[in-house]
Formats: sequence, structure tokens, C-alpha cells
Amino acid sequence: MTSAITVDRLEVIFDRFRALKGVSLDVQPGESFGLVGESGSGKSTLLRAIAGLAPVASGSIAVNGKTLGARRDKAFYREVQMVFQDPYGSLHPRQTVDRLLQEPLAIHGFADGERRIERALDEVGLGNGFRFRYAHQLSGGQRQRVAIARALILEPSILLLDEPTSALDASVQAEVLNLLEEIRRRRKLTFLMVSHDLAIITHMCERLMVMQGGEAVENLVANDLVERRVTKDYTRNLLRASDGFVRTA
Amino acid sequence: MSGQAGTLLEVDDLRVTFPTRTGMIEAVRGVSFSLGRERLGIVGESGSGKSQTGRAIMGLTPPQARISAQKLAFDGIDLLGISPRQRRALRGNRIAMILQDPKYSLDPVMSIGRQIVETLRTHEKVGKAEARERALAMLEAVQIRDPERVFDLHPHEVSGGMGQRAMIAMMLIAGPEMMIADEPTSALDVTVQLDVLGILDRLVSERGMGLIFISHDLRLVSSFCDRVIVMYAGKVVEQLKASELGQAQHPYTRGLLNCMPKIGADRHPLPVLDRKPEWAA
Repeated sequence: MTSAITVDRLEVIFDRFRALKGVSLDVQPGESFGLVGESGSGKSTLLRAIAGLAPVASGSIAVNGKTLGARRDKAFYREVQMVFQDPYGSLHPRQTVDRLLQEPLAIHGFADGERRIERALDEVGLGNGFRFRYAHQLSGGQRQRVAIARALILEPSILLLDEPTSALDASVQAEVLNLLEEIRRRRKLTFLMVSHDLAIITHMCERLMVMQGGEAVENLVANDLVERRVTKDYTRNLLRASDGFVRTA
Repeated sequence: MSGQAGTLLEVDDLRVTFPTRTGMIEAVRGVSFSLGRERLGIVGESGSGKSQTGRAIMGLTPPQARISAQKLAFDGIDLLGISPRQRRALRGNRIAMILQDPKYSLDPVMSIGRQIVETLRTHEKVGKAEARERALAMLEAVQIRDPERVFDLHPHEVSGGMGQRAMIAMMLIAGPEMMIADEPTSALDVTVQLDVLGILDRLVSERGMGLIFISHDLRLVSSFCDRVIVMYAGKVVEQLKASELGQAQHPYTRGLLNCMPKIGADRHPLPVLDRKPEWAA
């Protein structure tokens, strides 16, 4: 079976700074894969490199068995869509939800826009009442639902999720995570998800990679974290930190 | 000293109202609590009024807003009755506040050392050399390894964790009796978060300060504080001891606790909050 995403010894260099130092990764179709690490670990850069948003210096990326060149073609963006961290920054402030959702359809020349927009909004639990609103008229959770609808409207097979809930309140986060899980199950999507929160990654993903300083620290399955079967100190520290504050006498 | 022994702050029926084009919005609707020399957590979601409560105590509410309270007293001083000048003398000296993101709350064009010295010399008559010495000692107390170097750095030259330590140093240098920390670690990485909390915890208990810790993270607050106030829609829905969080009665508190993914709890889908209109009533 061809992998959904294969990343091989990927290097990303910003000016002289090596943000990714030869990272390799393999995600199977229908799998949910997590990337965990602190700020500056390169987890978001890896995601952005796959989407074609970071300067790749060497190494290769293949999606559904097809190796990608320096420029992504239209077919790539039909297969791979991304949801960004901050729903306040990723939606155009002067476009209605309807206009936002039409954009990808227009780019890819879809004819039945009307029906697709209705379906996409319905799928993320927003309904038609939100169709002609602007981003500032929506709450954070509703905005992130619009961003997810925009990603889904082209019916991609892979979703890249960059901290999709870290700007949201805990209760809204639960709703968005549930929505993502349900969509994945229904559409048999592949997820590549970035988070700094180990609990979210173990909840959402079957396998994960821990990153630090642009390198992969260790590859784990979610159950390893549950049973605390980790080998690297860095991961152990992250695990301990996610338990909350412990007063030392 | 008035009030019961050991009480630093008394808040009774605090209300903060903002005028808007569509009428008055009550951000804080009758909040009452008291604080001794302890760690008190205020938890709630965005818009619950937790930050506005902290700002009203500090005297940082925007001028167009209206504040009223039956009682808002710090160490027996009526905070709403005193002049702005007296209020300024309290702020930064006896009451201090730590804000969320050091990137935005430190002065970007002033070195960290100068900002700390400025705070100190505003409130105490000390010479330049002594002020510098004390600022360096304070930077050391917040576990900055090379205080001499950090003293001359500007905020953009340090990491988030370092910036937040500098902020804590600045707030503690005048020796406040009460500290309000508004999401002091939300902008930091989880591991750095624990370091900063550790420093805060040690300094608060060593100096016997009262601490109000405002956060959206119920689990973090309960692991750090002695007592927790849960706010919803501008009101206190529940007050409880942090150690008894597991026995929380209010459905909102329980919902907040439940909806977080936990390592080892296999719950698909996650329970979500079913908001009832009567919670806000």
C-alpha cells in the first residue's frame, strides 16, 4: 500500500538557521499521526513544508506515492488541505463565509458550488444561517468550524492540522476535536496533526513523533504514552509537565 | 487594620459595566470573595469576567467602564474611595500584577534592568547603585542564571520564559503584599510553565503574599492554588478548595473538568458542555 505522506530526510533552512535537520516520517492512508514538541522544535515547520509553505533545502516529500516538486500543482491542493492555529488570523476579515468558501471552488472550477457550500457548512454543524456572516460576527469556535469547512469543501484525503484548538476555550476545544474525529471517520481522512499538548495528541492520534530542536526525538504509539513507555528524557519531561504543577517541599 | 485578622482583600458585590452602542454590558455581575495570605485561583472561559475582576482590583479598568461594589477594600483601604494618586501609590508597591505575555507587557525600547530599576525607584527612595544591586539580586531570585547579562538585554532578546521571569522580578522588587497574576504562564511552553510556576510559588510562600491566579486552565489552577473560584458569565458559580475539586457540585465546573482530553482516558467523543441558561441567571 502506498503511504499517504512520506517525508525523507527533510531539511528546511531559513537564511542560515536549520529549522529541520533531516526529519523522516511515514503516514499511512486513513491514519491519524501527531507531531509533538515545544515552540521552536520544528513541528509546525514540518507541516508547512509539506503544504509548500517553507523553504525546503534538501530531502523529499511524497504524497500518495507522488514525489512533490518545488511548486505544488492544483491537484496537490485538492488532496491536501490545511487548518491553521489562529482562526482570527486565517479568515479574510472582509469576506463573508459564503465568499470564503467559494474561493477554493472557483480556483478548482467546481460547478455545483451552491450544494457544496451548504453541505460543508452542514457538516461542520453551522447551518445556512451563518453563510452570509463575516468572521468578526463569529466566535472563535465558529471561526475554526468555518476554517475546517473551507478545508473540507474540495474533498481532500489529507488534512494538515496546525494546533487547531490551542486558541480555543477548553469546552470549545472538546467540540472541535469531536468534530474533527467524526469527519475523519466519515470521510476516511488522513490527519497529520501538530500540538504542544500531549493529552490532545494521545486522544486524537494513533502514532506520534516527538520533536526537539528540528529533530525527531522518538516515535511512539499513543498507548506508549498511556503506559508511560517512553525512552527519552525529553519526552518524559513533557509527560511530567502535562500532569500539572507539583509542589516540591 | 480593619476586617478579620489576616484578610488582605475584601470584595463584596463587585460589578463592572461597559457602555456599548447596544446598551450596557455587565462584564462582572456581583462578585464577592475575600483573600488572605493564600493562593486563590479564579477560573473561567473567555468572557467570564475573570480578567475584568482582576483589573478592577488593580484599578486598570478602562475609563469608560463603571465599577461599583458594596465593598472593595485592600488592607482596610477603600479602593473605590481613594484618589487616583493614592491608588497609584498602592499599585506596583503593595499590589502587583503579572500579565499574560511578556512580549506585549514589557517596554520594548527599555532594557530589562532599567525597567526593574524604574519600578523600584518609583516606590522607594534608593540610590542608583543600590537599585542596580537590588535588581540584580531579584533577577537572581527568579533563577536567571546570568543576571548581569540579562540586565542589559531588551525584551525582544530574551525567550518567553525569561521575559516572564523578568516580569515577576519587576513585580516583586517593591515587595508587594498582594499579587494578581493574569494567565501568567499561558503564553509559555509546558515545561517552562512549570519552572515559572515553581518560582512564583516559592516567592509567594517565602514572602507570605496573597496571590490571585487568574487562568482558564482549571487543572493547572487546582494543582497550584489553595482555593478556586469558578466564574461563568460574570458571576461566581462555585467556590471550593482546590483539593476538593473532584467533588465539585456545579455542572459547569464538572463540565470544564470533564471536557479536557486526558492521557489514559479513552473517551470518544469527548463530553461537551451543555450550557444551561440558568447558570448565567
